[in-house]
Amino acid sequence: MKTGSSLEFSRNAARAQADADLQAALEKLQRDTRTSRPAVTGRLPEFEDLRDRAVAIKNHTLAHLDHYLEQFEANVIDAGGKVHWCSDADGARETILQICRDADARTVGKGKSMVSEEIHLNDHLIENGLDVVETDLGEYILQLREETPSHVVMPAIHLKKEQIADTFREHHTTLDPDRPLDEPKHMTAEARTRLREKFLAADVGITGANMLIAETGSVVVVTNEGNGDLTQTLPRIHIVLATIEKAVPSIEDALSIVRILARSATGQEITCYTTFATGARRAGDLDGPEEFHVVLMDNGRTKLLESGFRDVLRCIRCGACQSACPVYGAVGGHAYGGVYGGPIGAVLTPALDGIDKAWTLPEASSFCGSCEAVCPMRIPLPDLMRRWREIAHREKLNKAATRRGLAIWAWAAKRPKLYRAGARFAVAALRLLGRRKGRFQSLPLAGGWTAMRDLPAPEGGTFVDRWHRERGA
Amino acid sequence: MSDRSDILARVRGATGRTENSGPPPAPAYANHPLIPERARGTPADLAARFIDMATEAGATVDRVGSLAETGIAVARWLRNNDLPDDIVVAPDTSLDAAGWNEAAGLSVRRGAASDGDKVTVNSSVAGIAETGTVMVAGTPGTPYTLNFLPDTHIVVVHADDIVGGYEDAWAKLRPGLETGRDLPRTVTLITGPSRSSDIERIVTVGVHGPLRLHILLVGQANGEE
Amino acid sequence: MTETPRVGLFATCLVDLYRPTVGFAAAHLLEKAGCRVDVPAAQVCCGQPAYNAGDRDNAAAIARQTIELFETFDYVVAPSGSCAGMLKLHYPDLLADDPAYAARARALAGRTWELIAFLTDILDWDGVDADWPGDVTYHDACSGLRELGVRDQPRRLLARVSGLKVNELGAPDVCCGFGGTFCIKYPEVSGAMVDRKTDDICDTGASTLLAGDLGCLMNIAGRLTRRGEKIEVRHVAEVLAGIADGPAIGQPDN
Repeated sequence: MKTGSSLEFSRNAARAQADADLQAALEKLQRDTRTSRPAVTGRLPEFEDLRDRAVAIKNHTLAHLDHYLEQFEANVIDAGGKVHWCSDADGARETILQICRDADARTVGKGKSMVSEEIHLNDHLIENGLDVVETDLGEYILQLREETPSHVVMPAIHLKKEQIADTFREHHTTLDPDRPLDEPKHMTAEARTRLREKFLAADVGITGANMLIAETGSVVVVTNEGNGDLTQTLPRIHIVLATIEKAVPSIEDALSIVRILARSATGQEITCYTTFATGARRAGDLDGPEEFHVVLMDNGRTKLLESGFRDVLRCIRCGACQSACPVYGAVGGHAYGGVYGGPIGAVLTPALDGIDKAWTLPEASSFCGSCEAVCPMRIPLPDLMRRWREIAHREKLNKAATRRGLAIWAWAAKRPKLYRAGARFAVAALRLLGRRKGRFQSLPLAGGWTAMRDLPAPEGGTFVDRWHRERGA
Repeated sequence: MSDRSDILARVRGATGRTENSGPPPAPAYANHPLIPERARGTPADLAARFIDMATEAGATVDRVGSLAETGIAVARWLRNNDLPDDIVVAPDTSLDAAGWNEAAGLSVRRGAASDGDKVTVNSSVAGIAETGTVMVAGTPGTPYTLNFLPDTHIVVVHADDIVGGYEDAWAKLRPGLETGRDLPRTVTLITGPSRSSDIERIVTVGVHGPLRLHILLVGQANGEE
Repeated sequence: MTETPRVGLFATCLVDLYRPTVGFAAAHLLEKAGCRVDVPAAQVCCGQPAYNAGDRDNAAAIARQTIELFETFDYVVAPSGSCAGMLKLHYPDLLADDPAYAARARALAGRTWELIAFLTDILDWDGVDADWPGDVTYHDACSGLRELGVRDQPRRLLARVSGLKVNELGAPDVCCGFGGTFCIKYPEVSGAMVDRKTDDICDTGASTLLAGDLGCLMNIAGRLTRRGEKIEVRHVAEVLAGIADGPAIGQPDN
């Protein structure tokens, strides 16, 4: 499915709502999440305390981030690795390309990395002659379909198995076209074989990092598939691409966060594989990469650190907010037009792409608060969306008609006597017009409302007037 | 000005720290790890919980009284499950006395795994009761690829090495740990076989790691009947 | 509490303009619970429309007005989780940097309550004396639920209404799609959300939907009638106060 830009959110949303397959997938996601999350968190009485602990850990780390980044770097170097600092996407892309060139690499295996999506890494490497293969099953499917992830943790959640089967038939042309592909297990067995070849052929393995542990220079990568492990272990070179806010001080801190990550992301107690990788292969090791590189990128994080949006840097990319959001649940991730959709997307995309390119996203929320309720890092997502709305309002990015309507309303609201008089009039008029049916199916200026629902008619008289008439006080 | 100094300068500017700020004071929660109740219990409790949780996560668990019985137990389990009897066993000396010679029919190679190896046997650092997790480390004696390349991954866990929580398992690696260099290149927490639910959220196993995780639990924990 | 608590009733703009019955129901319940109720005439709105639109200046101006009008009461009570939440949680934030109003905002916040929670949690009152023969279902309005923790309290009071049975929604806590101006800015997305809520409501078999926020209620009522459903919609206060014999929301007079 082609994704329109963030500014085209309404149009993207309309397309998403007309897509019956997508709607079925989203409904399933929401249904599953409603049961799986309470089931797994209910089994861990310490879950809420762990959320608080995780918040404290991240806040402490961010407040002293320079120290922890330097400590991390020193330990990576000590363990035989290299750290490359990159301020922006260009720098990161070029740095990674150069590492690949220096290693005479031809094939690159990739573990799942949302940051690599941010910087469009694959395209850059491919344009420069490298063969890049996504190894996460969902990402691999999307790569074949030339689509982008629609969920931070379940990238292909928007697809039906029939669509995936079609994709496999289209691309895995050396196999018997009549082979059965009706069940997920057929497809995963096929992906296993295809991608095993790629794992073995890869010269370079690129992964993201869930966490960067300062005290040891370790990089934490969690997967259910084990593709992160095969990606980092089989090739000669392991490159970790991570943004600076992934740092945590210690192993124990990392473990606290591990306890809430999978529970929030997929409803599992823990992912199948939680790997702490430190440096390149040691003397005597029979396997493992010869070189270990960490590309430590800023790409807008320091700006977030400086700003009133710092809380969003606590995000551990669990996707719980997306799974819980009723708006995401109605339109899916692609409608948001950026790398990240849903509530986290509504806060991050304006930061990464500029508010002028993404002001629609923080607008597209009913502020129901479900995101904040499930966020393991207690990020006040609705507040941050509102903060973006303030900026958009100041920069006059939202619709002029809306601003005008609001200005008129506010002007009256600040003048209670005038407001009362106007209210009396409006209520009386609407009451008169709507008295017979009790509601309006259409009303001038109320198109936004009446497009989807009737507008109830007022009872008649304002409460304040009637109260004072009756009580005389 | 390099990217490194740019980034650090911006970070410091944002947080009000300078190059001379020094290490941060220990946060209030330091030295107070939040260990869940389910990571606590008697050794017998923890052994039972480890088995329960590992099984729930999709692993299978078999028990033997002593290390010497491991080979036969492995052979029997492979036979009962129609699995190949060509196995690769970690070079780790702790597995030398596992009774491989006594296991008739087993063809054993000691070393790292290659693609094409169907069954591997590895030793472990610990079994962690809180989620039925096995901690393995990538070392010369326990090559990392043993955990990921085969279809069937067998891990030997000593009942004495069952601990309550993740921190307890890490404590086994702590002695002598001064910098990251002292750690094995990889330390992995493995819970159940490889799985994915990327296709319509339907769970499938064996993408891309092992389809089966079989735990051989050796010995008895203190206090077990 | 030996003295009669003096409550300033914050009617909310929607109740004031659209459904005064809710205001009367709220006053009835508060008086039954032993309060003296006043309705400051100069009240307009809590300022959420401006606040959520990012217009902090106007929101703050309205907040100051509201504080001045209500701060003399022992309590400020609103038949709405979102308006009570605005005063309780957001006014202090909005005026945190205003030396003249910061403390007053915090003080007002400490005395502001959503109606049902006020009755049960502050007054410890459950003297509901009403009957309602029939099945109802209950929607948990988002602000009341997540900002103010209002969930059990309305159900506790509904349990005291004789004859009434609550058939719980499959997903009572999922947003109905109102969200203030959200439903007007993104009508189709909001429509999808209210459709899911409506399906859920119809599945309960209840003949009436209740909730504690008029915005949600109008949104849901509008969708129900547009879909030709016969389920009636009322504010929970109407049923608890026993003054629910008038037309339901969006229904004509008989």
